Amino acid sequence: MGLLLKGGLVVDPAQNLEETRDLLIVDGRIAQLAKAGTIPGEGHEVYDCTGLVVCPGFIDLHVHLREPGQEYKETIATGGRAAAAGGFTAVACMPNTQPVNDHATVTRFILERAAAAQQVRVYPVAAISQGSEGKILAEYGELQAAGAIALSDDGRPVSNAQLMRRALEYAHTFGLLVISHAEDLELAGHGVMHEGRVSLQLGLRGIPAAAETVAVFRDCELARLTGARLHIAHVSTAGAVEVIRWAKARGAAVTAETAPHYFSLTDEAVRGFNTNAKMNPPLRTAADVVAIKQGLADGTLDCIATDHAPHSVLEKELEFDQAANGIIGLETAVGLSLQLVAEGVLTLPQLVAKLSTNPAGILGVAGGTVREGGPADVTVLNLNQPWTVDVAQFRSKSRNSPFHGWQLSGRAVMTVVGGEVVYP
Amino acid sequence: MQADDARGMIFRRKDLLGLADLSREEIQAILTTAASFKEISTRSIKKVPTLRGKTVITLFYEPSTRTRTSFEIAAKRLSADTVNLTVAASSAVKGETLIDTAKNLEAMAPDILVIRHASSGAPHLLAARLRSSVVNAGDGLHEHPTQGLLDMLTVWEAKGRLDGLKIAIVGDIAHSRVARSNIHGFRTMGSEVVVAGPQTMLPPYLADLGVRVTFSLSEAVADADVIMMLRLQLERQGQMFFSTLREYSRFFGLNPGHLKLAKPDALVMHPGPLNRGVEIAPEVADGLQSAILTQVTNGVAVRMAVLYLLSGGEVSGAAA
Repeated sequence: MGLLLKGGLVVDPAQNLEETRDLLIVDGRIAQLAKAGTIPGEGHEVYDCTGLVVCPGFIDLHVHLREPGQEYKETIATGGRAAAAGGFTAVACMPNTQPVNDHATVTRFILERAAAAQQVRVYPVAAISQGSEGKILAEYGELQAAGAIALSDDGRPVSNAQLMRRALEYAHTFGLLVISHAEDLELAGHGVMHEGRVSLQLGLRGIPAAAETVAVFRDCELARLTGARLHIAHVSTAGAVEVIRWAKARGAAVTAETAPHYFSLTDEAVRGFNTNAKMNPPLRTAADVVAIKQGLADGTLDCIATDHAPHSVLEKELEFDQAANGIIGLETAVGLSLQLVAEGVLTLPQLVAKLSTNPAGILGVAGGTVREGGPADVTVLNLNQPWTVDVAQFRSKSRNSPFHGWQLSGRAVMTVVGGEVVYP
Repeated sequence: MQADDARGMIFRRKDLLGLADLSREEIQAILTTAASFKEISTRSIKKVPTLRGKTVITLFYEPSTRTRTSFEIAAKRLSADTVNLTVAASSAVKGETLIDTAKNLEAMAPDILVIRHASSGAPHLLAARLRSSVVNAGDGLHEHPTQGLLDMLTVWEAKGRLDGLKIAIVGDIAHSRVARSNIHGFRTMGSEVVVAGPQTMLPPYLADLGVRVTFSLSEAVADADVIMMLRLQLERQGQMFFSTLREYSRFFGLNPGHLKLAKPDALVMHPGPLNRGVEIAPEVADGLQSAILTQVTNGVAVRMAVLYLLSGGEVSGAAA
C-alpha cells in the first residue's frame, strides 16, 4: 500500500517542473509522478492535494539541536518535531553541543538519537577544530566515516587565517564542505547588536557590518587559494552579498545562505531591549535587507537556512547584553519565506530551490527533488492559509522567537520523510 | 499647590527611564518642580512630610557615591523611608537574576525602585515587570536621566532659558550615558548641541541625534553658552580609544585658553568625578565659570522632584 498525493501543483526545480500531478509513494520512494488524475487510488492512502503545492522536502542546513548537553533547550526529538511541523524533511545540526561534535563518538550519538526520534533526517556537521577552539584540526576522515557531512566552528569563528586555510585544504582532501561563520571577532568586540543608529540610541555596543564583510572576504580568498568548497553561513550584510557575488564571478567554489530574520527584520526590532531580537550576526538595516533580497533573487545567496537556536528563559529573560544570541526558526521559516514570493522577490520554484534543491546539492545529500526512484521526502504547502505565529503552539522546546503574533500567509500542511508522514 | 497639581497632570508616568521619551512639557514640569524644591535644602530643618509613608529602594549594581547619596538625601528630605542596596555584581558571579532580585524587593511593597546597572536596558526590564515605579539612575551606556535633568536645571537657573543656547559636550560620547541623556534633553528643550572628541569616541550616526559633530575642541567651544566636559575613563587607553593621557589632555582637555573662545559668561560643567589635569585643567574646574558644585546641589532638587512626581504628586503636607 502506498501514499498517493493527488492533484497537487508539483514544483520541482530539479526537473524544471511546475505542473499539476499525482505523486505516488511506495516503500519510501517516489514510485510514480504522473499526469493528474491518472494514478488510481485503490489500495493506497489518498490525500487530495487539490489547491496545494507539492515540493521536494525542505532541507535546513543550519540548525542547533542542543543535544547532547543542553537538552532543556531542545533535543534531537523535539527539534525534529519542530522541523517536521515547519515543513522540513532534513536538518543539518551544528557542532556546538556539549561536548562539541569534534569526535566520531559524538557524531554517532547524534545519528543514533535521530534514528530513535523517527522524525526528520539529521545530518551532523562536525567541528573544524578540536573543541572548536581554533587551534588543532579535528579528525575529518574519522568524522566523515561516522556520518558527518560538513565542518563548521559555527558560533566560534576561526580567527586564525592560517588554520582556516589548512582546514579548507584538509576538508577538501576528504571532499568535505566547510561552513564558515564569518566574523572578525576583534572588530565585533563586545558588540551585542548591529552598530548603527539604534545601537547608538540604546547605548548598546555595536557590531559593525564590516566585522562580517572582512571575514567573508578572507574566507572567499582562501577558497580561491585552496580550490576547496566553502559555504558562508547566515549572511546578514549588503557588503557580504557583494563580496560573495564577486568571489563567485571569479570562480570560487563558494555558496551562501541567509536566514529568514535577515530579510524579515531590521535592528529596529531590538528597541525596547528585546532579547528575542538578539542573534549573531545581528539584525541589520533596511538597506541590508534590500541587498539580502537582491542576493537571493540573483542567486548570490543559494539557500535559506534558519539558524534555529533554541534558548530557554534562563538565557533570554536577562539584561540585553547578558542574554544569549539566537532565535528559533524552524516553525516560522516557510511562512516568512513565502512572503518573498508574495513580494515578487522570488518565484515559487526559486523559493523551493532555496529551501530544497540547493541545500541538497550543497550538502551532497539525497533529496531536493521528487524524481521517480528517489527518496520520498516531500513537503506539501498551502500558500493561501493565513495563520498567526503563536509560540505556545510550537513543537520546539523553546519559545525564543521575535515573530510571535505575526500574521503570515501560507505554511507547510504535510511533511513526508522516507514515505512516512511526520506532520501533521 | 495649584502649580504642583498642574505639573502632576503633565508628568503622568509610572517610571523615569530616559529623557529620549520625554516631551518638552514633561521636562519643564520636572525642572519647575525641582526649582521649587531647592529652597527646602536651604532651611535649617531640611525636611518636609511630602512622601511620608513612601518607601524608596536604591539598587546599585555599579559603584556610585554621588548619585546614590543624592537620591537618598532627596528621598529623606521628602520624609520617604529609604533602603540602599549595593550589589557587588560581577558577571562572573552567578547568582539571583536581576528580575528575581527585583521581584523579591517588590514583595516588600516599595513605592519606588531606583536602579543603576552596567547593562543598558536593565531598568526597562524591571519597569515592564514591576508595579513599583522605576527610576533609571544610569544604565550601561544608555541613559542617566536625572543627571541630564540636573544639568538642564543648572543651565536654566544660570541662563534663564534653554531654548537657543549653544551647548558643547566634549569627550567620550561613545561610552557616556550622561552625554546621551543630555543630548536628548537639551535638544528637546530647543538648545543647539555640538559634540567633540577624537573620532574613536564619537560613534557613527551621532548627527542623526540632531547634534553637530566636530573633532576640534576649539571649534566646539566657540561661542558656546555651556561647555560640558565628560570624564575620561582611564581604562579606555588600553582599549585603543586614545594614545596617551598627555596627548589627550593636550588636544581634548579644557584649559583657560578655550574659555576665551566661548561666550564670556559660558558655564563650565562636569558630571564628575573629575580627572583634574586630564579632561579639565584645575584652574578651570575651580574657576569662576565653573558650575560643577552647583550641579551636585541641583542633583538633590531634581531627584526630589522626580520622586515626588512619580509618586503621583500626592502630598501629605505642604510641599514647598
